[in-house]
Amino acid sequence: MAALSTKPHSHGAVVPVTSRAEHFTSYDVNAFEVPGGREEIWRFTPLKRLAGLHSGAAATGTAAVEVSAASGVTVETVGRDDSRLGTAGVPGDRVAAQAYSSFENATIVTLPGDVKSEPTTVTVTGAGVDAVAYGHIQVKASQFAEGTVILDFRGSGAYADNVEFLVADGAHLTVITIHDWADDAVHVSQHHVKLGRDATIKHTVVTLGGNVVRVTPVVQYAGRGGDAELFGLYFADAGQHQEHRPFIDHAQAKCRSNVVYKGALQGEGAHAVWIGDVLIRVAAEGTETFELNRNLILTDGARADSVPNLEIETGEIEGAGHASATGRFDDEQLFYLQARGIPEDQARRLVVRGFFQELIAKIAVPEVRERLEAAIEAELEAVGT
Amino acid sequence: MATLEIKDLHVSVVSEDAPKEILKGVDLTIKAGETHAIMGPNGSGKSTLSYAIAGHPKYTITSGTVTLDGEDVLEMSVDERARAGLFLAMQYPVEVPGVSMSNFLRTAATAVRGEAPNLRHWVKEVKGAMADLDIDPAFAERSVNEGFSGGEKKRHEILQLGLLQPKIAILDETDSGLDVDALRVVSEGVNRYKASGEVGVMLITHYTRILKYIQPDFVHVFANGRIVESGGRELADVLESEGYVKYTGKTEAAAIS
Ligand SMILES: Nc1ncnc2c1ncn2[C@@H]1O[C@H](COP(=O)(O)OP(=O)(O)OP(=O)(O)O)[C@@H](O)[C@H]1O
Ligand SMILES: [Mg+2]
Repeated sequence: MAALSTKPHSHGAVVPVTSRAEHFTSYDVNAFEVPGGREEIWRFTPLKRLAGLHSGAAATGTAAVEVSAASGVTVETVGRDDSRLGTAGVPGDRVAAQAYSSFENATIVTLPGDVKSEPTTVTVTGAGVDAVAYGHIQVKASQFAEGTVILDFRGSGAYADNVEFLVADGAHLTVITIHDWADDAVHVSQHHVKLGRDATIKHTVVTLGGNVVRVTPVVQYAGRGGDAELFGLYFADAGQHQEHRPFIDHAQAKCRSNVVYKGALQGEGAHAVWIGDVLIRVAAEGTETFELNRNLILTDGARADSVPNLEIETGEIEGAGHASATGRFDDEQLFYLQARGIPEDQARRLVVRGFFQELIAKIAVPEVRERLEAAIEAELEAVGT
Repeated sequence: MATLEIKDLHVSVVSEDAPKEILKGVDLTIKAGETHAIMGPNGSGKSTLSYAIAGHPKYTITSGTVTLDGEDVLEMSVDERARAGLFLAMQYPVEVPGVSMSNFLRTAATAVRGEAPNLRHWVKEVKGAMADLDIDPAFAERSVNEGFSGGEKKRHEILQLGLLQPKIAILDETDSGLDVDALRVVSEGVNRYKASGEVGVMLITHYTRILKYIQPDFVHVFANGRIVESGGRELADVLESEGYVKYTGKTEAAAIS
C-alpha cells in the first residue's frame, strides 16, 4: 500500500468536510493555506498560542533527541533526504507539513525482526523558552518484531513534528508517548501509523504538561489482519489546551481498531478536545472498531469538547460503535466512599485514580505506570480540595 | 453504651426549583443492644431519614437534632460520622469503577480503625468474612459494586458492616432484591454483627419477611415523613395482615402474598 495520495488543494471558501476520505494531505507546507481558525480541523485550537507553527515560523533552535536503546535496536540520525522517511503517511495539516518541510535531521529507531526487544526510550527536549523547533522521528518494527518504544517529550519552547510508526507484517509494537512538557511549551504533532499484515500496535498517548498540546494519530492498514489499540490519558489544568485527534482509516479487510481516551480536567480555562474519526472504506469488509472518549470535569471553569465521527462505506462489517461522555465528578461515588469513613480528599483521589485505572493497567512498563500514577497524584494535590 | 438520638428532625430536598419537605418531625432513640424496625410504604421517607443521618449532601436539615453519644452528628462531615461509629447499608449501593473491592475495604478499615490493619491478619479476616456471606473470593479484585447483581451488592454492604463494626448500623432495605437463601445468609451476617458487641440497629424495611430472621425489639410505622405508630414485635404482625392502609388510606401490602 502506498501512502495516501496528495490531492490538489482547492483555495477559497471552507467547504464542509463531507467525508474523512476527502481530507487533504501533502508533504508541502505551501499546499496548505495558513489556517484562520474557522477551518473544521482547526476550530478548537487556540491558533494565537501556537507561536506561529501554523503560519510559517522558522526554526530558531533544535530539540535534543536522546535515545536509550535496548540491545539489538538500532538508532540512526539521518538527513531530510533519506528516502525511508515519509513512508508511513503524509502530513494532514499545515503544521505537520511545516514540520515535514523544516526538520534538519530525523531519528530512525529500528526494532530487529523475529525477536522480542526490551523497551527503548526516546527523550525529546524542547529547544527552550521562546524557541521554535521542528523534528521527525521514525520507529520501525521489522517483520515479527516485538517491542516497546517510549517517547518522552519534555522541556520548553514550540515544537512541531511527525512521528512515523512502520509496523511490518506480523510485528507487535507498543508505543507510549508522554507529553510532560514545561508550562510554556507548545507541541503540535502528527503520528503516522502504518500496519502491515497481521501487525498490531498498542499506542498510548499521555498528555500532562504544556500550554498547548495537539496530537493527531493517524492509523492506516497496509494488509489484512491489522489491529490497532489507541489509548489516551490526559490531565488538563488551568489554562492548558490538550487536543487529541485520532483517525483510523480502515481500507483493508479484516482489521480491528479500538480507541479509548480518558481525561480529567480542573481549573479555569482547562480545555480538552477529542475528535475521534473512524472511516471504514468500501474495501474494509469485516472491520471491527470501537471508540470511546470520557472526560471527568473536576472543577468549574474547565471544558471538554468530544466529537466521535464514525463513517461507514460498507455494510459488511463485524461491528462498529462509539461512545462519548463528559461528566462532572460523581458526588454519589464520593458520598459512598466517605460514608465508609474515607476522608474526602482521599476519596476523591480514589475516584479519579479509578477513572484512569483501566488505561493505566494496560501500560506494561512498570516505571511508566508508576510515573503516571505519581503524576496523577501530583495533579490531584494541586486541586487543593 | 452507644445511643443515637434523633429529635424533631425536619429534612428537605431541593428538587427542580422549590425545596420539598420530606421528613416532618422524626423522633427516635436507638440504644446499643436494641434493634428498631422502621416499616413504611414506598415514598414515605425512610431512605431520606437514613441519608440525612449519614450526611448525604442532597438533603438539607431544616430543623431538629441528631446526636451520637451526645455528640452533634449534623456538625460532622460524612466521613467523620462514619468514623464516629455510624454505618449506612444503602438501599442502592454505588458503583465505583476502577477501585477494587479489596483496596476499598482496606482503605475504609484503615480510616475507621485509625490505623492500617496488619496485612496478614487483614487478608484472613476479609477472606473469612466473605466466606461467611457466601461471597466468591474473586469479588475482591472487582471494582466496587460494578456489575454486581442486586443481591451481591447487599451481601457486600453486610460484609462492610462486619468489617467496620460500627456502633449504630442503619440498614436500608437490605432485604429487598434477595432470594430466600440470600436473605438467610445476609440476616445471619446482621445477627453475627449484633452478637459481636453492644451495637444498635435501625432496620428499614417495607416487608415483614426479614423480621423472621432478625428479631426487632421495637417496630415503628413510618408514613408521610414521620413515625406514626410504635410498638413491639406484634405491630409487625398487624402490618403483615393489614398492610399500611390504615396509615396511608391506600392499600399497600406489608407481606408478600
Ligand atoms: N433527591 C430527591 N429529589 C427529589 N425528591 C426526592 C429525593 N429524594 C427523595 N425524594 C422524594 O422524597 C420522598 C421520600 O423518598 P424516600 O426515598 O425517602 O422514600 P422511601 O420511604 O425510602 O421509599 P422506598 O420504600 O421506595 O424506598 C419521595 O416522594 C421521593 O420522591
Ligand atoms: Mg427507600
